Amino acid sequence: MNGVGIHGFFRRVLSLGRKEFLIILKDPANRVVLFGPVLVQSLLFGYAATFDLNNIPYALLDQSRSAASHELVSRLDGSGVFRRVATLGNASEIAELVNTQQVLLAIQIGPRFEAELRAGEMAPIQAIVDARNSTTAGNVVSYLGSVVRAFNDDWWEQHGGVRVPLTLVTRAWYNPNLETRWNLLPALIATLSMLQTLLLTALSVAREREQGTFDQLLVTPSSPVEILIGKAVPSIMVGLTQSSIVLLLALFWFRIPMAGSLLALYTALGVFTVACVGLGLSISALAANMQQAMLYAFMLAMPMVLLSGMITPIRNMPQFLQHLTMANPVRFGVNLVQRIYLEGADLGTLVGDLVPLLVIAAVALPLAGWLFRNRLV
Amino acid sequence: MNGMQEGFWRRLSALTKKEVRQLLRDRGNLAIGLLLPVVLILIFGYGLTFDVRNAPVAVVLEDRSPTANDVIAGLRLSPYLSPIILPSMRVAEELMLRREVDAIVYLTADFSRQLYAGNGRIQILLHGTDANYARTIQAYVEGALGEWAVGRVDRSAGKGRPLPGSVGIEQRLWFNSANTSTWFLVPGLIVLIMTLVGAFLTALVMAREWERGTLEALFVTPVRPTEILLAKVLPYFGVGMIGWSMCLLAAIFLFKVPLYGSFSVLLLSSVLYLLVAVGIGLVISSATKSQFLASQLALVLSFMPALMLSGFIFDLRNVPPVVRAVGKVLPATYYMDLLKSLFLAGDVWPLILHNCSVLAVYAMALLGLARVMTRKRVA
Repeated sequence: MNGVGIHGFFRRVLSLGRKEFLIILKDPANRVVLFGPVLVQSLLFGYAATFDLNNIPYALLDQSRSAASHELVSRLDGSGVFRRVATLGNASEIAELVNTQQVLLAIQIGPRFEAELRAGEMAPIQAIVDARNSTTAGNVVSYLGSVVRAFNDDWWEQHGGVRVPLTLVTRAWYNPNLETRWNLLPALIATLSMLQTLLLTALSVAREREQGTFDQLLVTPSSPVEILIGKAVPSIMVGLTQSSIVLLLALFWFRIPMAGSLLALYTALGVFTVACVGLGLSISALAANMQQAMLYAFMLAMPMVLLSGMITPIRNMPQFLQHLTMANPVRFGVNLVQRIYLEGADLGTLVGDLVPLLVIAAVALPLAGWLFRNRLV
Repeated sequence: MNGMQEGFWRRLSALTKKEVRQLLRDRGNLAIGLLLPVVLILIFGYGLTFDVRNAPVAVVLEDRSPTANDVIAGLRLSPYLSPIILPSMRVAEELMLRREVDAIVYLTADFSRQLYAGNGRIQILLHGTDANYARTIQAYVEGALGEWAVGRVDRSAGKGRPLPGSVGIEQRLWFNSANTSTWFLVPGLIVLIMTLVGAFLTALVMAREWERGTLEALFVTPVRPTEILLAKVLPYFGVGMIGWSMCLLAAIFLFKVPLYGSFSVLLLSSVLYLLVAVGIGLVISSATKSQFLASQLALVLSFMPALMLSGFIFDLRNVPPVVRAVGKVLPATYYMDLLKSLFLAGDVWPLILHNCSVLAVYAMALLGLARVMTRKRVA
């Protein structure tokens, strides 16, 4: 062992790594499944990621039929967002349209609308919103609110009122138009590759266990450390390639400007992928067969993705779950990529995210190596 | 004919018995079928929410006048925001950089002077990294500050000439009067969990048989492919339905999601969707015949689309036509739509009939396809 020294170490790691690469990539179906879906998913999800409503079908019940109500309705119709699909004569027709999702919103303008306005009172209009999706409903209400506010402002001006001299100037850092796509795609750089590499590594040892070749591997001169490295490196490279595909799409297809440096991004992705691969290898070493390995991997992956802050903010979660996410590598990965990509954060300010990932890697990788030898199933 | 029928039932029950035993012996599978749904619905039911509460907002008050204090009073009253008063912009930006506040409300030193001059300006800076969250905060901050403006108008109304009126919106949120995202996320979670249990588990179990060649061993027996498939499907279908009932109990009793629709329709549509999910699993496994490929495909074809493209998070009404078309191809979309309506709106018959028949067609097509692909043939 000593006679060959460091040279032998590299030779063994290299040949093991080569073998792993062949196993992963020799089957054309594998190649497709590892790189095709990442591309398609980031395209589809990139386009799907929007909370903006650009089309609100609504029904109108105008019992006022006055100049004022006409003015308000024409503002709605001219907004480009509200699309009138039905003009009703009776309030009883509303339920059917809303129930069957033909309209998202039904507006009822009462018979005294204009009279109330002219009398200087509050003239209410009723807005019935389909709130089966509460996010959409919130958006409908806020769009309607802005149309009504503009109407009010002009009405005031035309009828001798004094405008409130208060203007609110809102500006958003890092994402000027507040596009959901801008935060989702960087998050996908981390999560899409994590999902597939986790499954990939989880299978690597389990496959050999199931086929009985792992025992053979253990009696070769390769030490567990060498086996570990030989197994980890190909998966890390697959993971980084997948991340790069999403990154390229984000940069050149969706044209989301990147504020941070590529070096920082890849350092962060490297640490993240190593932690995930460590986790996958531990699962793989624990599992008795491929099926168990995949089930364990999936049982971990689903909560890790959903509780990563990619979809719903971590700050909204109950305290107990917020603590639990401290053990979730995806949380840190998503945060790292988003902050480097959007905010241009440098690695120095991201220590709080990098350290937990390094801890996860430092626990999971040795654990996997130890399990190689000490768990013979 | 009678003899054939009898043979069918005998073989089917023998095979099913074998499958059930196999399932019970493998604790991992049982765990994913029974334990996982409960754990997931608990974690996600409590953990996933779009509702904002007590979001930290920095308020930079360079202007110490009572007017300025009055203007920001609305922020203090809002249950959604917890304002932190700071003397300087530098400190606030520092906090925002570290993401310890989600927004900055900035009133410059000459705010009240400008306001009396008819030109009051308040600057709002949002931390935009999570766009949807930022929008919600924006709406709450602008709403809270806008209240002051309305109040101010009313106060000045006393002196002098009558004022013109203004339009107010009385909003009625149908189907989700509590306006909580839990109500639409929990039914969505049931869809995800059913997809996971149905498609993923079935794909794995069948792919293993193909990979190990144990199906070939079955092929030399008098058992027919239909019987093999049915015997495979039945136990996992049972596991899926048990997982479904537990999710349902959690949704109704723990998260208090109202169920306005009828239970029988809910049960029928869930049975149909579980059949679809199992069908997807079967088709994937017999197409790939490899555990690795089957697991990756199950992930990519069933779980991720059900999460991202079925209307669970992103409303399909908002997305570009191409993405909507992809969403419309997914069976999960129809089940998602149906579950949300059944829980929150009640029995909307046109919707039920349409979506249930779509699911039924999918179930028949997928199971039929799986039957065609499972020939007694050695590859």
